[in-house]
Amino acid sequence: MALDKNQIAKRIAQELQDGFYVNLGIGIPTLVANYIPEGINVVLQSENGLLGIGPFPIEGDEDADLINAGKQTITTVAGSSFFDSAMSFGMIRSGKVNLTILGAMEVADNGDIANWKIPGKMVKGMGGAMDLVASAKNIIVAMQHVNKAGESKLLAKCSLPITGLKCVKKVVTELGVFDITPDGFRLLEYAPGVTIDYIKEKTLGRLVIAEDVKEMVV
Amino acid sequence: MINKVVKDAQTAIADIHSGAVIGLGGFGLCGIPENCINALVSKGINNLTCISNNAGVDDFGIGLMLQQKQVKKMIASYVGENAEFERQLLSGELEVDLIPQGTLATRLLAAGYGMPAIFTPAGVGTEVAVGKETRMFNNKEYLMEYAFDLDFSIIKAWKGDTQGNLVFRKTSRNFNPLVAMAGKITIVEVEELVEAGQIDPDHIHLPGIYVHRIFQGTDYEKRIEQRTVSKKQ
Repeated sequence: MALDKNQIAKRIAQELQDGFYVNLGIGIPTLVANYIPEGINVVLQSENGLLGIGPFPIEGDEDADLINAGKQTITTVAGSSFFDSAMSFGMIRSGKVNLTILGAMEVADNGDIANWKIPGKMVKGMGGAMDLVASAKNIIVAMQHVNKAGESKLLAKCSLPITGLKCVKKVVTELGVFDITPDGFRLLEYAPGVTIDYIKEKTLGRLVIAEDVKEMVV
Repeated sequence: MINKVVKDAQTAIADIHSGAVIGLGGFGLCGIPENCINALVSKGINNLTCISNNAGVDDFGIGLMLQQKQVKKMIASYVGENAEFERQLLSGELEVDLIPQGTLATRLLAAGYGMPAIFTPAGVGTEVAVGKETRMFNNKEYLMEYAFDLDFSIIKAWKGDTQGNLVFRKTSRNFNPLVAMAGKITIVEVEELVEAGQIDPDHIHLPGIYVHRIFQGTDYEKRIEQRTVSKKQ
């Protein structure tokens, strides 16, 4: 059984380490906040100028001046701080943010990522994605393994306009967990009930299977 | 002492002319200068170049200026949630320069800090890098990006004093102090205008030297784009 979005988020949450500052992108990455393991304290960064994102407000407590990068109303937590957008990207660019988790349209087997534009169709813009991928030391991509047409999003080379080069370190999809290595995607874990042959069939980039490959625990 | 206090938005923007290059503060609809945008729409000037992280939504914020076709060129990082914008872009009516959000912020900062350019890794190897000078530092490639040159900056702060010292509230700070620093003429609307001396100097987020005109706005709508709530425990 392939994972659902929440299970992908739950698996990625296992990568969090105590004390990490983490930037979560829009979509599946946002769900990671719901599965932070017990005993692990992380500080979530919102690139519009907040460290320490809290849960959504109780109805009636929404504040138009307090939103996340997805423009959703949020709250703060004990220890939160506000700052301007230049400082926000300053802490990203200087490597203070330990981990970036973001979605993607395509990832190449060398770590290139495309997630900001579909020429002639979607022109929303890159937002902070190019800054994040150019500077973050550790980038995990959370995405579906195939697109709506059933085509692999794990490729030998991105076909869509690039967001950043050789920057992704790990990819988690509904089918498995992959490291990016000089040999291409390296399958570390497969989703419960998903065969390695099926993953091979759905992956267009170079794929190697880790010697100690195992079933994912979610 | 120069008097920076003006009566209202109309007075504050009176000399903004068609063809001007304008920076606007805000992130999404959070912390946008609502009064000044409405005044620009009423004034009906056009051929504007607008620099702002976002372009509002169809019926609010910069979206109102797009509806009136007042904007010739938009420089932004993210323009989703605006169908009219997308229509004008795809039809070629609107010139659009999409740039990384951190690059946008830092090009504003550079202008306010008197630095002509910055080097950033954002966009290296992408279409953002086309035609730009690059340089290697410590074996990593960086793009040179120029500081912005704005005719007018229009921003919103929470509280300000008669000398233009400003305090921002929560995440409505975002691009506001950066846009303010980058303008040749900087216009600020605040929710509360107080006498100089009423804000503790230690609590000021942006000193008044960057501010030329200030007024207390009215009728703030402060619209929420994505109202998300949790259940009562």
